[in-house]
Amino acid sequence: MKVSIKRTSCFQEFEVPRHPSQTVLDVVTYIQRELDPTLAYRFACRVGMCGSCAMTVNGAPRWTCRTHIDKVASNDRLRIEPLRNLPVIRDLVTDMSAFFGKWAQAKGRYEGTRTRRDDFHQVPPDGEKRRAVDAAIECIGCAVCYSACDVVAWNPDYLGPAALNRAWTLIQDERDVARIERLRVVAGDAGCHSCHTHMSCTERCPKGLSPTASIAGLKREAAKLALRGKL
Amino acid sequence: MAQRASAAILAICVAVHLATVIYAVRGGLSAAEILGRTRGNAAWLAFYAMFVVAASVHAPIGLRAVLTEWLRWRGASRDLFLLAFAGLLLVLGLRAAMAVFGPVSP
Repeated sequence: MKVSIKRTSCFQEFEVPRHPSQTVLDVVTYIQRELDPTLAYRFACRVGMCGSCAMTVNGAPRWTCRTHIDKVASNDRLRIEPLRNLPVIRDLVTDMSAFFGKWAQAKGRYEGTRTRRDDFHQVPPDGEKRRAVDAAIECIGCAVCYSACDVVAWNPDYLGPAALNRAWTLIQDERDVARIERLRVVAGDAGCHSCHTHMSCTERCPKGLSPTASIAGLKREAAKLALRGKL
Repeated sequence: MAQRASAAILAICVAVHLATVIYAVRGGLSAAEILGRTRGNAAWLAFYAMFVVAASVHAPIGLRAVLTEWLRWRGASRDLFLLAFAGLLLVLGLRAAMAVFGPVSP
Protein backbone atom coordinates (compact mmCIF):
# COMPACT_ATOMS: atom_id res chain seq x y z
CA MET A 1 0.00 0.00 0.00
CA LYS A 2 1.01 3.61 -0.52
CA VAL A 3 1.94 5.46 2.65
CA SER A 4 2.38 9.23 2.61
CA ILE A 5 4.38 10.54 5.55
CA LYS A 6 4.77 14.20 6.51
CA ARG A 7 8.43 15.00 6.80
CA THR A 8 9.57 18.35 8.11
CA SER A 9 9.09 20.19 4.82
CA CYS A 10 7.01 17.92 2.55
CA PHE A 11 5.16 14.62 2.19
CA GLN A 12 7.19 11.56 1.26
CA GLU A 13 5.61 8.51 -0.39
CA PHE A 14 6.56 4.95 0.52
CA GLU A 15 5.47 1.58 -0.83
CA VAL A 16 4.85 -0.73 2.14
CA PRO A 17 3.81 -4.42 2.06
CA ARG A 18 0.39 -4.97 3.61
CA HIS A 19 -0.15 -7.80 6.09
CA PRO A 20 -3.39 -9.17 7.55
CA SER A 21 -2.35 -8.30 11.09
CA GLN A 22 -0.69 -4.90 10.99
CA THR A 23 -0.97 -1.63 12.86
CA VAL A 24 -0.04 1.86 11.69
CA LEU A 25 2.90 1.73 14.09
CA ASP A 26 4.09 -1.45 12.35
CA VAL A 27 4.01 0.50 9.08
CA VAL A 28 6.02 3.42 10.44
CA THR A 29 8.53 1.03 12.04
CA TYR A 30 8.91 -0.87 8.77
CA ILE A 31 9.58 2.37 6.89
CA GLN A 32 12.18 3.53 9.39
CA ARG A 33 13.94 0.14 9.54
CA GLU A 34 13.80 -0.91 5.91
CA LEU A 35 13.24 2.15 3.72
CA ASP A 36 14.41 5.38 5.34
CA PRO A 37 16.37 5.31 8.60
CA THR A 38 16.21 9.11 8.89
CA LEU A 39 12.49 9.03 9.72
CA ALA A 40 11.90 10.30 13.29
CA TYR A 41 8.91 9.07 15.29
CA ARG A 42 7.96 8.27 18.90
CA PHE A 43 6.74 5.07 20.46
CA ALA A 44 7.33 3.15 23.68
CA CYS A 45 5.10 0.36 24.92
CA ARG A 46 3.52 -0.46 21.51
CA VAL A 47 0.63 -2.15 23.33
CA GLY A 48 -1.78 0.74 23.88
CA MET A 49 -0.78 1.82 27.38
CA CYS A 50 1.60 4.77 27.18
CA GLY A 51 0.17 7.05 24.49
CA SER A 52 3.63 7.91 23.06
CA CYS A 53 2.80 6.79 19.51
CA ALA A 54 -0.02 9.27 18.96
CA MET A 55 -0.01 10.69 15.41
CA THR A 56 -2.48 12.07 12.90
CA VAL A 57 -3.65 9.25 10.63
CA ASN A 58 -5.77 10.25 7.62
CA GLY A 59 -6.58 13.51 9.38
CA ALA A 60 -7.57 12.09 12.77
CA PRO A 61 -5.36 11.82 15.87
CA ARG A 62 -4.96 8.25 17.07
CA TRP A 63 -2.64 5.84 18.88
CA THR A 64 -0.84 4.22 15.97
CA CYS A 65 -0.08 1.04 17.90
CA ARG A 66 -3.82 0.58 18.49
CA THR A 67 -4.91 1.39 14.95
CA HIS A 68 -5.29 -1.65 12.76
CA ILE A 69 -4.50 -1.02 9.09
CA ASP A 70 -7.88 -2.37 8.05
CA LYS A 71 -9.55 0.47 9.92
CA VAL A 72 -7.74 3.25 8.07
CA ALA A 73 -6.25 1.96 4.79
CA SER A 74 -9.43 0.86 3.07
CA ASN A 75 -8.23 1.90 -0.38
CA ASP A 76 -4.62 0.89 0.27
CA ARG A 77 -3.59 4.50 1.01
CA LEU A 78 -2.44 6.00 4.28
CA ARG A 79 -1.54 9.56 5.25
CA ILE A 80 0.48 9.96 8.45
CA GLU A 81 1.31 13.32 10.00
CA PRO A 82 2.48 14.55 13.40
CA LEU A 83 -0.12 15.54 16.02
CA ARG A 84 -1.95 18.80 15.27
CA ASN A 85 -1.71 21.90 17.48
CA LEU A 86 1.82 21.13 18.64
CA PRO A 87 5.11 22.46 17.21
CA VAL A 88 7.00 19.85 15.18
CA ILE A 89 10.54 18.95 16.23
CA ARG A 90 11.17 16.71 13.23
CA ASP A 91 9.02 14.50 10.98
CA LEU A 92 6.42 12.84 13.22
CA VAL A 93 7.81 14.07 16.53
CA THR A 94 6.14 17.02 18.25
CA ASP A 95 7.19 19.22 21.13
CA MET A 96 4.90 18.37 24.01
CA SER A 97 6.09 21.13 26.35
CA ALA A 98 3.17 23.45 25.52
CA PHE A 99 0.75 20.64 26.28
CA PHE A 100 2.24 19.97 29.72
CA GLY A 101 2.83 23.66 30.30
CA LYS A 102 -0.92 24.22 30.09
CA TRP A 103 -1.45 21.29 32.45
CA ALA A 104 0.69 23.14 35.00
CA GLN A 105 -1.03 26.43 34.18
CA ALA A 106 -4.39 24.88 34.99
CA LYS A 107 -2.94 23.91 38.39
CA GLY A 108 -3.11 20.24 37.47
CA ARG A 109 -1.21 19.29 40.58
CA TYR A 110 -2.64 17.95 43.82
CA GLU A 111 -2.23 20.18 46.86
CA GLY A 112 -2.84 18.69 50.30
CA THR A 113 -2.17 19.68 53.89
CA ARG A 114 -1.88 16.36 55.74
CA THR A 115 1.53 15.17 56.81
CA ARG A 116 2.85 11.73 57.66
CA ARG A 117 1.86 12.38 61.25
CA ASP A 118 -1.81 12.77 60.37
CA ASP A 119 -4.25 9.98 59.78
CA PHE A 120 -5.38 9.11 56.22
CA HIS A 121 -8.15 11.19 54.73
CA GLN A 122 -10.92 8.66 54.18
CA VAL A 123 -12.71 9.13 50.88
CA PRO A 124 -15.63 6.73 50.33
CA PRO A 125 -15.24 5.13 46.88
CA ASP A 126 -18.94 5.33 46.10
CA GLY A 127 -19.31 8.99 46.97
CA GLU A 128 -20.55 11.29 44.23
CA LYS A 129 -17.31 13.24 44.07
CA ARG A 130 -15.11 10.15 44.05
CA ARG A 131 -17.15 8.67 41.21
CA ALA A 132 -16.76 11.89 39.25
CA VAL A 133 -13.00 11.67 39.76
CA ASP A 134 -12.94 8.00 38.76
CA ALA A 135 -14.64 8.81 35.47
CA ALA A 136 -11.90 11.22 34.45
CA ILE A 137 -8.73 10.15 36.25
CA GLU A 138 -7.33 7.65 33.74
CA CYS A 139 -5.78 10.30 31.49
CA ILE A 140 -2.18 9.52 30.58
CA GLY A 141 -1.43 12.78 28.83
CA CYS A 142 -1.13 11.50 25.25
CA ALA A 143 -2.37 14.78 23.69
CA VAL A 144 -4.82 13.14 21.28
CA CYS A 145 -7.66 15.26 22.68
CA TYR A 146 -5.50 18.39 22.51
CA SER A 147 -4.84 17.63 18.83
CA ALA A 148 -8.46 16.93 18.10
CA CYS A 149 -9.67 20.17 19.67
CA ASP A 150 -10.63 22.92 17.21
CA VAL A 151 -10.66 25.58 19.92
CA VAL A 152 -7.00 24.80 20.69
CA ALA A 153 -6.29 25.33 17.00
CA TRP A 154 -8.20 28.63 16.91
CA ASN A 155 -7.16 30.05 20.30
CA PRO A 156 -3.51 29.35 21.22
CA ASP A 157 -4.13 30.42 24.82
CA TYR A 158 -6.91 27.87 25.42
CA LEU A 159 -5.84 25.46 28.16
CA GLY A 160 -7.23 22.49 26.29
CA PRO A 161 -9.28 19.41 27.19
CA ALA A 162 -6.59 17.40 28.99
CA ALA A 163 -5.50 20.18 31.35
CA LEU A 164 -9.11 21.09 32.14
CA ASN A 165 -10.05 17.44 32.62
CA ARG A 166 -7.25 17.03 35.15
CA ALA A 167 -8.24 20.26 36.92
CA TRP A 168 -11.77 18.84 37.25
CA THR A 169 -10.53 15.66 38.92
CA LEU A 170 -8.60 17.74 41.45
CA ILE A 171 -11.52 20.07 42.11
CA GLN A 172 -13.66 17.01 42.84
CA ASP A 173 -10.93 15.61 45.10
CA GLU A 174 -12.15 16.45 48.58
CA ARG A 175 -8.63 16.21 50.00
CA ASP A 176 -7.33 18.97 47.76
CA VAL A 177 -7.08 22.44 49.29
CA ALA A 178 -6.42 24.59 46.21
CA ARG A 179 -9.98 24.27 44.89
CA ILE A 180 -10.91 27.97 44.76
CA GLU A 181 -7.56 29.03 43.30
CA ARG A 182 -7.78 26.34 40.67
CA LEU A 183 -11.34 27.25 39.73
CA ARG A 184 -10.29 30.86 39.39
CA VAL A 185 -7.62 29.83 36.88
CA VAL A 186 -9.77 27.46 34.83
CA ALA A 187 -12.72 29.85 34.77
CA GLY A 188 -10.48 32.55 33.40
CA ASP A 189 -10.18 33.89 29.92
CA ALA A 190 -8.54 30.89 28.28
CA GLY A 191 -10.30 28.34 30.44
CA CYS A 192 -13.41 26.22 30.47
CA HIS A 193 -15.74 28.92 29.12
CA SER A 194 -13.92 28.84 25.79
CA CYS A 195 -15.06 25.27 25.19
CA HIS A 196 -17.72 25.13 22.48
CA THR A 197 -18.76 21.55 23.24
CA HIS A 198 -17.70 20.23 19.84
CA MET A 199 -16.80 17.01 21.64
CA SER A 200 -13.93 16.10 19.34
CA CYS A 201 -11.90 15.34 22.47
CA THR A 202 -14.48 12.87 23.77
CA GLU A 203 -14.85 11.28 20.36
CA ARG A 204 -11.13 10.66 19.96
CA CYS A 205 -9.94 9.88 23.50
CA PRO A 206 -8.30 6.43 23.31
CA LYS A 207 -9.16 5.79 26.95
CA GLY A 208 -12.83 6.57 26.49
CA LEU A 209 -12.75 9.61 28.77
CA SER A 210 -15.01 12.61 28.30
CA PRO A 211 -13.16 15.89 28.78
CA THR A 212 -16.34 17.58 27.56
CA ALA A 213 -18.19 16.29 30.61
CA SER A 214 -15.37 17.42 32.90
CA ILE A 215 -15.36 20.87 31.31
CA ALA A 216 -19.14 21.06 31.69
CA GLY A 217 -18.59 20.28 35.37
CA LEU A 218 -16.06 23.09 35.60
CA LYS A 219 -18.55 25.50 34.02
CA ARG A 220 -21.17 24.51 36.60
CA GLU A 221 -18.79 24.86 39.53
CA ALA A 222 -17.48 28.19 38.29
CA ALA A 223 -21.03 29.51 37.90
CA LYS A 224 -21.99 28.31 41.38
CA LEU A 225 -18.98 29.98 42.94
CA ALA A 226 -19.46 33.17 40.99
CA LEU A 227 -23.06 33.40 42.17
CA ARG A 228 -21.84 33.11 45.75
CA GLY A 229 -19.34 35.86 45.05
CA LYS A 230 -16.38 33.64 45.84
CA LEU A 231 -14.72 33.77 42.44
CA MET B 1 -20.26 35.25 34.25
CA ALA B 2 -21.56 38.43 32.68
CA GLN B 3 -22.32 36.31 29.65
CA ARG B 4 -24.41 33.87 31.68
CA ALA B 5 -26.21 36.59 33.64
CA SER B 6 -27.05 38.57 30.51
CA ALA B 7 -28.10 35.34 28.78
CA ALA B 8 -30.54 34.58 31.58
CA ILE B 9 -32.05 38.06 31.29
CA LEU B 10 -32.21 37.77 27.50
CA ALA B 11 -33.97 34.42 27.69
CA ILE B 12 -36.82 36.05 29.62
CA CYS B 13 -36.83 39.21 27.51
CA VAL B 14 -36.91 37.32 24.22
CA ALA B 15 -39.75 35.10 25.42
CA VAL B 16 -41.84 38.07 26.55
CA HIS B 17 -41.03 40.00 23.37
CA LEU B 18 -42.05 37.05 21.20
CA ALA B 19 -45.27 36.64 23.14
CA THR B 20 -46.22 40.31 22.73
CA VAL B 21 -45.31 40.30 19.03
CA ILE B 22 -47.51 37.26 18.43
CA TYR B 23 -50.29 38.85 20.49
CA ALA B 24 -50.10 42.08 18.47
CA VAL B 25 -50.01 40.32 15.11
CA ARG B 26 -52.76 37.81 15.94
CA GLY B 27 -54.85 40.60 17.40
CA GLY B 28 -54.56 42.42 14.10
CA LEU B 29 -53.28 45.60 15.71
CA SER B 30 -52.14 48.37 13.39
CA ALA B 31 -48.92 50.27 13.93
CA ALA B 32 -50.84 53.28 15.22
CA GLU B 33 -52.81 51.09 17.63
CA ILE B 34 -49.64 49.45 18.96
CA LEU B 35 -47.95 52.79 19.49
CA GLY B 36 -51.09 54.05 21.14
CA ARG B 37 -50.65 51.39 23.81
CA THR B 38 -46.87 51.55 24.19
CA ARG B 39 -46.14 55.25 24.13
CA GLY B 40 -45.67 56.73 27.57
CA ASN B 41 -45.70 53.33 29.23
CA ALA B 42 -42.95 53.50 31.86
CA ALA B 43 -43.12 49.83 32.82
CA TRP B 44 -42.61 48.58 29.27
CA LEU B 45 -39.90 51.19 28.73
CA ALA B 46 -38.04 49.84 31.76
CA PHE B 47 -38.43 46.29 30.48
CA TYR B 48 -37.14 47.08 27.01
CA ALA B 49 -34.32 49.22 28.41
CA MET B 50 -33.21 46.18 30.40
CA PHE B 51 -33.47 44.11 27.20
CA VAL B 52 -31.20 46.58 25.38
CA VAL B 53 -28.64 46.64 28.19
CA ALA B 54 -28.55 42.83 28.38
CA ALA B 55 -28.06 42.58 24.61
CA SER B 56 -25.32 45.24 24.71
CA VAL B 57 -23.46 43.09 27.25
CA HIS B 58 -24.14 39.68 25.73
CA ALA B 59 -23.44 40.31 22.03
CA PRO B 60 -19.97 41.87 22.37
CA ILE B 61 -18.78 39.12 24.74
CA GLY B 62 -19.89 36.52 22.21
CA LEU B 63 -18.34 38.48 19.36
CA ARG B 64 -15.09 38.58 21.33
CA ALA B 65 -14.77 34.78 21.09
CA VAL B 66 -15.54 34.86 17.37
CA LEU B 67 -12.95 37.61 16.68
CA THR B 68 -10.29 35.76 18.70
CA GLU B 69 -10.90 32.43 17.01
CA TRP B 70 -11.50 33.46 13.40
CA LEU B 71 -9.47 36.64 12.97
CA ARG B 72 -6.81 35.98 15.65
CA TRP B 73 -7.55 39.47 16.90
CA ARG B 74 -6.24 39.97 20.44
CA GLY B 75 -5.28 42.80 22.73
CA ALA B 76 -6.47 46.29 23.48
CA SER B 77 -7.55 47.14 19.91
CA ARG B 78 -10.01 44.26 19.84
CA ASP B 79 -11.43 45.15 23.26
CA LEU B 80 -11.75 48.82 22.27
CA PHE B 81 -13.63 47.78 19.14
CA LEU B 82 -15.97 45.66 21.24
CA LEU B 83 -16.54 48.50 23.69
CA ALA B 84 -17.45 50.76 20.78
CA PHE B 85 -19.75 48.03 19.42
CA ALA B 86 -21.42 47.73 22.84
CA GLY B 87 -21.89 51.48 22.90
CA LEU B 88 -23.44 51.39 19.44
CA LEU B 89 -25.92 48.70 20.47
CA LEU B 90 -26.77 50.64 23.62
CA VAL B 91 -27.39 53.91 21.74
CA LEU B 92 -29.38 52.37 18.88
CA GLY B 93 -31.34 50.15 21.23
CA LEU B 94 -32.29 52.84 23.73
CA ARG B 95 -33.22 55.18 20.90
CA ALA B 96 -35.58 52.55 19.56
CA ALA B 97 -37.01 51.84 23.01
CA MET B 98 -37.59 55.55 23.58
CA ALA B 99 -39.29 55.87 20.20
CA VAL B 100 -41.76 53.09 20.97
CA PHE B 101 -42.25 53.46 24.72
CA GLY B 102 -41.06 56.95 25.48
CA PRO B 103 -43.31 59.77 26.62
CA VAL B 104 -45.39 61.38 23.92
CA SER B 105 -44.13 64.85 23.08
CA PRO B 106 -46.68 67.50 23.96
